[in-house]
Amino acid sequence: MGQFIGTLKGFGVTFSHMFKKVVTEEYPEKRVPLAPRYHGRHILNRHPDGLEKCIGCELCAWACPADAIYVEGADNTDEERYSPGERYASTYQINYARCIFCGLCIEACPTRSLTMSNEYELARDSRQDLIFTKEQLLAPLLSGMEQPPHAMYLGDSEKDYYLSGPTNPGSSAGAEKNPAHRIADRDGKVAQ
Amino acid sequence: MTEVAKKVDTVKLTIDGIEVEAAKGELVIRVAERIGIAIPRFCDHPLLDPAGACRQCLVDIEGQRKPSAACTQTVADGMVVRTQLTSEVAKKAQEGILEFLLINHPLDCPMCDKGGECPLQNQALSNGREESRFHEHKREYTKPVPISSQVLLDRERCVLCQRCTRFSDEIAGDKFIDLMERGADEQIGVFSGRLDVDPAEVVGETGLEGAIDANLLDAPFNSYFSGNTVQICPVGALTGAQYRFRARPFDLVSSPSTCEHCAAGCSMRTDHRRGKVMRRLAGDDPQVNEEWNCDKGRWAFQYATAFDRITEPMVRDPKSGELRKASWPEALNAAAEGLLKARTEGGVGVLTGGRLTVEDAYAYAKFARVVLGTNDIDFRSRPLSQEETDFLTSVAGKFQVTYSDIEAAPDVVLVGLEAEEECPILFLRLRKAANKRGTRVTSIAPFVTRGLEKVAGTLVPTVPGAEATALAESAEVRAALSKPGALLFVGERLAETPGGLSAAARLAAETGARLAWVPRRAGDRGAVEAGCLPTLLPGGRSLVEPAARGEIGAAWGLEVGDLSERPGRDTLQILDAARTGALKGLVVAGVDPHDLPDPAAAEEALEKVGFLVSLELRLSAVSRRADVVLPVAPAVEKSGSYLDWEGRVRPFDAVLRSAAMTDARVLDALARQLGYQLGTADTLAVLKQIGELGETRAPRAAAPTVDAERVAEPGTGEAVLSTWHQLIDLGALQDGDEYLAGTARPPVARISKATAAALGVADGEPLNVSTERGRVTLPAAVVDVMAPGVVWLPTNSPGSTVRRTLGVSSGATVRISAGGTS
Ligand code: SF4
Ligand code: SF4
Ligand code: FES
Repeated sequence: MGQFIGTLKGFGVTFSHMFKKVVTEEYPEKRVPLAPRYHGRHILNRHPDGLEKCIGCELCAWACPADAIYVEGADNTDEERYSPGERYASTYQINYARCIFCGLCIEACPTRSLTMSNEYELARDSRQDLIFTKEQLLAPLLSGMEQPPHAMYLGDSEKDYYLSGPTNPGSSAGAEKNPAHRIADRDGKVAQ
Repeated sequence: MTEVAKKVDTVKLTIDGIEVEAAKGELVIRVAERIGIAIPRFCDHPLLDPAGACRQCLVDIEGQRKPSAACTQTVADGMVVRTQLTSEVAKKAQEGILEFLLINHPLDCPMCDKGGECPLQNQALSNGREESRFHEHKREYTKPVPISSQVLLDRERCVLCQRCTRFSDEIAGDKFIDLMERGADEQIGVFSGRLDVDPAEVVGETGLEGAIDANLLDAPFNSYFSGNTVQICPVGALTGAQYRFRARPFDLVSSPSTCEHCAAGCSMRTDHRRGKVMRRLAGDDPQVNEEWNCDKGRWAFQYATAFDRITEPMVRDPKSGELRKASWPEALNAAAEGLLKARTEGGVGVLTGGRLTVEDAYAYAKFARVVLGTNDIDFRSRPLSQEETDFLTSVAGKFQVTYSDIEAAPDVVLVGLEAEEECPILFLRLRKAANKRGTRVTSIAPFVTRGLEKVAGTLVPTVPGAEATALAESAEVRAALSKPGALLFVGERLAETPGGLSAAARLAAETGARLAWVPRRAGDRGAVEAGCLPTLLPGGRSLVEPAARGEIGAAWGLEVGDLSERPGRDTLQILDAARTGALKGLVVAGVDPHDLPDPAAAEEALEKVGFLVSLELRLSAVSRRADVVLPVAPAVEKSGSYLDWEGRVRPFDAVLRSAAMTDARVLDALARQLGYQLGTADTLAVLKQIGELGETRAPRAAAPTVDAERVAEPGTGEAVLSTWHQLIDLGALQDGDEYLAGTARPPVARISKATAAALGVADGEPLNVSTERGRVTLPAAVVDVMAPGVVWLPTNSPGSTVRRTLGVSSGATVRISAGGTS
């Protein structure tokens, strides 16, 4: 008898759930937006003319507790310029087999070059593929941006880039979809 | 010794409540350091004179109205010092100074090469205010300005501590940089030809070349020691072009190492990142290089990663006649077979070159004796003589002179040695001794070099070839050497003068002066001690002494009579024998035929010899002609030790891990293939073997007694050639280091005023120097004081490869004429 009641109780729990709100996500068919500050994969942002914000200073690599970042600096020249100022990153890699997504690198970045996106689909089937290179990490070129190397279009010195920083949001992945981040190109035209 | 004498006078003072005793005249900052109190500082450097330029070291001294600089304040009895640790006044003063220093300092730490190892960064954190109150515009300059091809100056970052200018002036004697302008515009700069234009602007527009062309940078910072200023600059104002933006301190693995370039034996620090050497710094060894090194040691290291580095063995394909890659077993087998055949058919000679570690040299010496059964082994790849062989046999195992002896010496005589070019740290010691202790330097040379000027030395003007006579006859030299403690330095070039080394040995014996032989390469002294000479066995044992042979024979487990007492052939005789077919095989280590007195003959010998085994780092003139090429490790990839000119052991460990093997290990494998046990596979095992040999009891060889020869009298249109290597030249170990090459001294042909007048050549005009082999044309440099009838050329510099082009060396008679005609 007691056994029978126990069984009923158990089915009762199961049955009652049929009327509760479903928590299962239908991933990957449906993708639910994440919290805006979710720590996803990194982005190397650009200035509005397409120059890289990264100056290859390695502070992110220094801050990283997991030793996931590898940077090699190099010299910008007038003929071959990737970022405003003297220095740029000739190599930039983040190893997602190591990264713990703590975000300390983001805090260390002096130029707001490195930020994190909400992208979380990072599984790969080899360790090699988990090392993201600079090309993979760089933000896409938006309208008005030109693929470096090229000259500094937004001023004579790097100062002009940094002093206009607050009004110079640059770009990050997804920015092209955000109307608030429409960026004026060199002639002041806003891409439609 | 004098140090001790000074310390007799001591005073007592209190620093932060701790009572200390100090020698009179000591600086407060040093005494504080000794008891573990760190006072912040920028300009202070223990090896430079006190300057009090930066004011960062302010401390509170009782009885003084204002804080005083601890780096210039000497101690006094009863002095009460309070540092930032116990005094608010000192703390506030230091914070104030730091705030001032930071007013104009840019916030570009993220870009700056000094970031992470910067005294300004560190001390701003440890001794500065948390926040800056300065919000105005900072001073701006063009950045960076190259002040030489390898040193970059960022004036925005400079804190005007003057360490760099003081180093250049006090230590190196190259006052190429100085403080310029006044007040807020005060800045470090190089001297420019025109004062109305700011060189930095021209450099910004046209680059360094343009500025030099425009006569704006007519005196770039081309000091052989400029790298030291980069190392001691307490901020990122001076940085090296080669290391620019290449790494951060936390990326680097630092290993203590030893410089492989010259016989000075500098201790160094090699920093590498992911298996690649990024930079090298001077190590701190007070007995040898103090805290300095030369630019070659610092910046010449890319040869080890050159494109033509050999990583796999190669054998000559019998069908195609070309070298092809082979496995180690195949190559060792081929080498063993070839050597075995050559040994039975006529013998094999061994040329080791002067770049080996002691351990490697020992392995060659043992390989030659045990496996090849020959005494035909020589390390010298430069002009040499039988007299030199005998001289080295007599000096081997004797270590008489050290760096510190120079400072204690009243007089030093140099012969056949241009210290600044051939042994730069020896030069720095000579200069220190001359400046601080009043040591008098006398040089037996054809003219007054810049190096001699900088040690305020006296010249005994001597035509090349007449050094022996000068040594024997100059009353001045004899008087100098007769003083107790006097030193006689002979360079390896004295071997080119018949009777020179004999005269030096005789003079030293007669006057009681101590004699030191200074070779040019790091491995030379070690090769002598290891027995890479036709007359020497390891440990300074003369071959002709039965007791010496007995000692070695016993240690190597040989039968009596296995070690031949007949001295072998020297380098030149080995090459001759190889050319004529008397020797059927050669084993050659790092030798460049172009260093030999007759490169053409040497190359012919390498072509003709029946069987050639080359143990090499890179594809060279030797390995290209070899039958079997066995790759060996460069200095960074192996452990071992060099002997510097003092005979001091300079051990080092492998900086990079690699599969490359030492010469000793390769020889061990080769010997095994031939059925012998060398036991040299492991560096420590070799050291143990050498150690077990111990001191010899056998009698030493006597110094040679060769008579001086009469010097050739040059006729009209002729001159006697004098030549030596410049520090930065076409040497194989400097390949690929372009920034370094940019600071080489421009190659010139030096002639005396009289010769210039006779030829009608003015300073800077082209001068031809020729022999029947070829001609060298260089701009003439007219020298004020010069022995008559001499022309000097750099041995191996761009446009002047004397041995290759002219086929002669010092002491030869050459034809000279005004450029354009010949
Ligand atoms: S998120 Fe954290 S672990 Fe990942 S790279 Fe940045 S600092 Fe390193
Ligand atoms: S360049 Fe460096 S060493 Fe020279 S004065 Fe400036 S801060 Fe001092
Ligand atoms: S360290 Fe004393 S004034 Fe610079």
